[in-house]
Amino acid sequence: MSEATQAEDARVLPARSTGARTIRYWPWLAALLVSLALPWLFYDWQHARHAGFIVSVLSQTGMMIIFALSFNMLMGQAGLLSFCHSVLFGLAGYSTVHFLNAAGSGELPVPMELIPLLAGFSGLGFAAVFGYMATKQRSTAFAMITLGIVQLVTTAATMFHHFFGGEGGVKTDRMIDNSLFGLKYAHAIEVYYLIVAWALIAAIGMYFHTNTPLGRMANACRDNHERAQFVGYDPSIVRFLQFSLAGFYAGIAGGLFAITYEIVTFDAVAAPLAANALLMAYIGGATTFVGPVLGAILITLLQSVVSLMSNSWLIYVGVLFITMVIFAPAGITGIILKHAPIMRAGLMGRLVLPYSRVLVPGASVLFGSIGLVELLSFFTIGRAQGKHLELFGQPLDIESAVPWVICLVCLLGGGFWLAREARQFKRVWDGLMEIAQPGAPP
Amino acid sequence: MKFPRFIAMISLVLLGLGLWGSGARAADATIKIGYIDPFSGASASVGDASLKMFQFIVDNINAKGGALGKKFELVTFDDKQQPAEALIALKSVTDQNLSFVMSCVGSNIGSALIDAVNKHNTRNPDNRVLQLNCGQLATELTNEQCSFWHFRFAGSVEMRAVARIKSLPASLKTVYLLNQDYLFGQSIRNDTKKFLALYRPDIKIVGDEMIPLMQVKDFSPYITKIKASGAESLLTGNYGPDLALLIKAGVDAGLNIRYDSYLGHVIGAPTAIGAAGDGRLTSVMEIHDNISVEENNAAQEEFVKQWRATHDFGFIAINSVTQFDMLVRAIEKAGSTDPLKVALALEGMEQKDMFGAVNVMRKDDHQLLNPYYEAVLTKGQKYDVEKTGMGWKTEFKTTVADETLPTTCQMKRPES
Amino acid sequence: MQVGLISLLDGLVYGMLLFMLASGLTLILSMMGVLNFAHASIYMLGAYFAYQIDQWVGFWPALVIAPVLCGAIGAAIEVWGLRRVHHNGHIAELLFTFGLVFIIGRGVQMIWGMLPMAYRVPAGLDFPLFSLYGENFPAYRGFMLLVSGGMLFATWLLLKKTRIGMIIQASLTHPGMVSALGHNVPLVFTTVFAGGSFLAGLAGVIAGNYLTTESAMADAMGPIVFVVVIFGGLGSLAGCFIASILMGMVQTFSVVFDYSFADALKPFGVTLAANDLLGEILTIPMSRIGPLIPYALLILILVFRPRGLMGTRET
Repeated sequence: MSEATQAEDARVLPARSTGARTIRYWPWLAALLVSLALPWLFYDWQHARHAGFIVSVLSQTGMMIIFALSFNMLMGQAGLLSFCHSVLFGLAGYSTVHFLNAAGSGELPVPMELIPLLAGFSGLGFAAVFGYMATKQRSTAFAMITLGIVQLVTTAATMFHHFFGGEGGVKTDRMIDNSLFGLKYAHAIEVYYLIVAWALIAAIGMYFHTNTPLGRMANACRDNHERAQFVGYDPSIVRFLQFSLAGFYAGIAGGLFAITYEIVTFDAVAAPLAANALLMAYIGGATTFVGPVLGAILITLLQSVVSLMSNSWLIYVGVLFITMVIFAPAGITGIILKHAPIMRAGLMGRLVLPYSRVLVPGASVLFGSIGLVELLSFFTIGRAQGKHLELFGQPLDIESAVPWVICLVCLLGGGFWLAREARQFKRVWDGLMEIAQPGAPP
Repeated sequence: MKFPRFIAMISLVLLGLGLWGSGARAADATIKIGYIDPFSGASASVGDASLKMFQFIVDNINAKGGALGKKFELVTFDDKQQPAEALIALKSVTDQNLSFVMSCVGSNIGSALIDAVNKHNTRNPDNRVLQLNCGQLATELTNEQCSFWHFRFAGSVEMRAVARIKSLPASLKTVYLLNQDYLFGQSIRNDTKKFLALYRPDIKIVGDEMIPLMQVKDFSPYITKIKASGAESLLTGNYGPDLALLIKAGVDAGLNIRYDSYLGHVIGAPTAIGAAGDGRLTSVMEIHDNISVEENNAAQEEFVKQWRATHDFGFIAINSVTQFDMLVRAIEKAGSTDPLKVALALEGMEQKDMFGAVNVMRKDDHQLLNPYYEAVLTKGQKYDVEKTGMGWKTEFKTTVADETLPTTCQMKRPES
Repeated sequence: MQVGLISLLDGLVYGMLLFMLASGLTLILSMMGVLNFAHASIYMLGAYFAYQIDQWVGFWPALVIAPVLCGAIGAAIEVWGLRRVHHNGHIAELLFTFGLVFIIGRGVQMIWGMLPMAYRVPAGLDFPLFSLYGENFPAYRGFMLLVSGGMLFATWLLLKKTRIGMIIQASLTHPGMVSALGHNVPLVFTTVFAGGSFLAGLAGVIAGNYLTTESAMADAMGPIVFVVVIFGGLGSLAGCFIASILMGMVQTFSVVFDYSFADALKPFGVTLAANDLLGEILTIPMSRIGPLIPYALLILILVFRPRGLMGTRET
């Protein structure tokens, strides 16, 4: 295989050992073990219970991983920018609430463990309906249709009561007393294990999908839809099928959402959630399979944890996007993949020093800018709210110029220093790349 | 794909250690109250204003010694006006063993919290939490959805409707209803119709409109309809931009009508109505700045002056003052902050509010019963509102007895 | 008749407001293919700047200065931001403008606070212009019509009758060829972006005191503006104009219709009740589903005619 096609392969498929086409099992196993072990890291031994907040964040992360992966089936693999992915998620969530209510009253004899599967099928159904309209077009027209769909469904969700419950949403009780393993799902940790199980199943499903003819044709239509037509496939049918399957997996995530929170409101179909999926997939890296997973973890942490510490978390999110978009358009996994040639040549060790030299001014710039944002926010908003600004437990006096000056110095000084170190780093990098891949284009 | 997973694991562990460190807390030297409201996004202004008022109240309470020798502390959580986020915040609250959680904005959030608190307290009897509702007004929350663990310190829609309908002038014959199409707005419309039929059957409802929440920018078509109907009064539960824009459109069109609102005293509407609205806007409220003048209450007038010196919006949280006074007494009576004991102490408690009226926390549905004032926005008042030159003038007052309404609550009480 | 005429006028005013906002976005989207989510945020900035300048100097200076400021900000965004991400693709540009939305949104809250601003109609324009069936038509609305009409005319004049307009028009459809002919296409792009932002800022100045000036105003206007732009079609200002007026009329007239599908079926003896979802959909009156209609129209036109109403090329 030529270099070009190998490089292209690496884009949607994880790197494989050349030669035997073995699937590597151990990353999946490692991920499973880590996810199962994580809640125990934060077990509250004093009160003999799990840290509810941690389990919540982990559960949310698990759902978002499935959601982001299913979104990337459209964006990264099929080149379809969809703003209505949240609609598939949310409508499946609403359906699941109704399923759970029916199961709770005995009308639906489905065990809890299979409810997400039902949710997936409802996601598939809704995706087929909306996809029929949307996938007639491609590229920008497709994106605009999905924008129209998401606004339509969001507005409708606040108006109609029987299915959507209006503005208040619909509620359910997940203790339906029907489980394959005899679990009651009273405690959040049990729901978390359910989420981990389904996340694994969904991820494996989506991973294998990338190797199927449909998955490969979706890539082809993304890259050159005209050429795909010459080969004999109708791109709109490929799009339709891909959209529907993406809806299936999004539905699984929506079902898990309904089980975890026991309430679904119109926020679950609204555009901000679809925008979240876009962020996660893009920031993690839309060109790799595992990118959205990383993105989901990062964004969920940002939203849940950082918003606890600062009300300006929206600014940080905005700055993160802009930085990624300018400096790292291939996402986090893109950055990591760039190291691949150097890693293979065994030269990673030589990057340690340059990285640490960049790290220090980088940290200074970060500290300075976060400091300024927080100071400004506190000055105009927080102070009147009666809050107190503390850094590592030391109260800060907002009136004096000292904190402002320190932050400004860190920002500007660190900025100049960083620019210098970055140039130096680039020189080292180029040198190493030359050694690792002699003659390759930079 | 070695690296991404490796990096992911490392970063998770590192972040986790950090979280763990921040989670550990020393023995509670203060009584912490979790406060969940939107602090970012579109409704941030409401959460912001409420927080300022609560901080003011808590500072006053702490200055008087707090409860059981401990001071109160507010721990804020941003729910971004989404029920799922509010539930995550609730997990944080119970994680940190806070005994009380407070929330004011959004009846749908309140409804979600009631449900979640019930489920949590049933599934985790050793880590209960008490829910204090400071502003989620839908009548259903203390009727169909009532709960032993939920105490509402803000007048329900029903209570306000009584004040609203009883205070309408006797000469009024036609009204036009306009409300927001969601739980709260529907609650307003239903209760308004109910009490119109009960107290003022002579009034004819010539229009009944529901508008989508916070979506309408241009109210002129609605004004056209209202004018065509010939209504003398516009009865509306709108608030925020929905009310401000409605009034603006009406005033611009020169519509000769009364604006009889439920939430016209909440920030924004007085600014919107402007000078042309002199004598047109009325609202039902628990407190306004001129009551102390009208009732010759010097201590409260001092309070008003103190607040106005440092804030540019009116103090409307009189019920929260009552809430904290009651909470202090309940904690001292129960001898601890255990939610069950405090709840039993709170039920049925009577407390004098800032003006000396005796408020009652009814045991049947955990609704605080307090009097209401109906006031008109007009010139020539001692204290104006939002620097418009106009202030509120009381026209009508209800008593606690007036506000004691039947409830359909079938409260399930915990065994222990 | 009375209702119809008044609603016509109101729809016109609202439609022209939408046009003010959408025209800038149409130019940007047509020329650069950039889905500028930050357009509504610049509109919001225009309103806030106008409020501030109004406080310091007066309304009429604000009418001039605030849009210029917004244009400058637009130029800065293009030169230092979009240009760098342009080679990374359309999604990158979209995300960039997305990030800006968050930053501008929170920034506005931090600088001006969370409460709505008391940005009022200037005293000189605060009187009724005429009276129609007893309902006043405020002079300020007439002013809005004047400004938006004048702006449409000026834009049309610029694009059709000047040389730079010719170059811009050509770059709308064939940027590569224009560049080959020796014109500085990146400069043209920057000019268009700045011009679009100027228009958005002007819309903000005018609308900020007609509607309310608060930090949520960008989220309120954003979606409908996109609908108008796409519906009207890329590359066509006339299409954008027609779409704006159409959407304005639809939103205005849907309010006055209290009928539902069920009412249409009544003469045939079919009575429906809102017992389930289908029943609800059929019995809900038009006035309540007004906000849904633009999105439904958008989906319909994109499915059957993807270039929009008068688009000059495929989206």
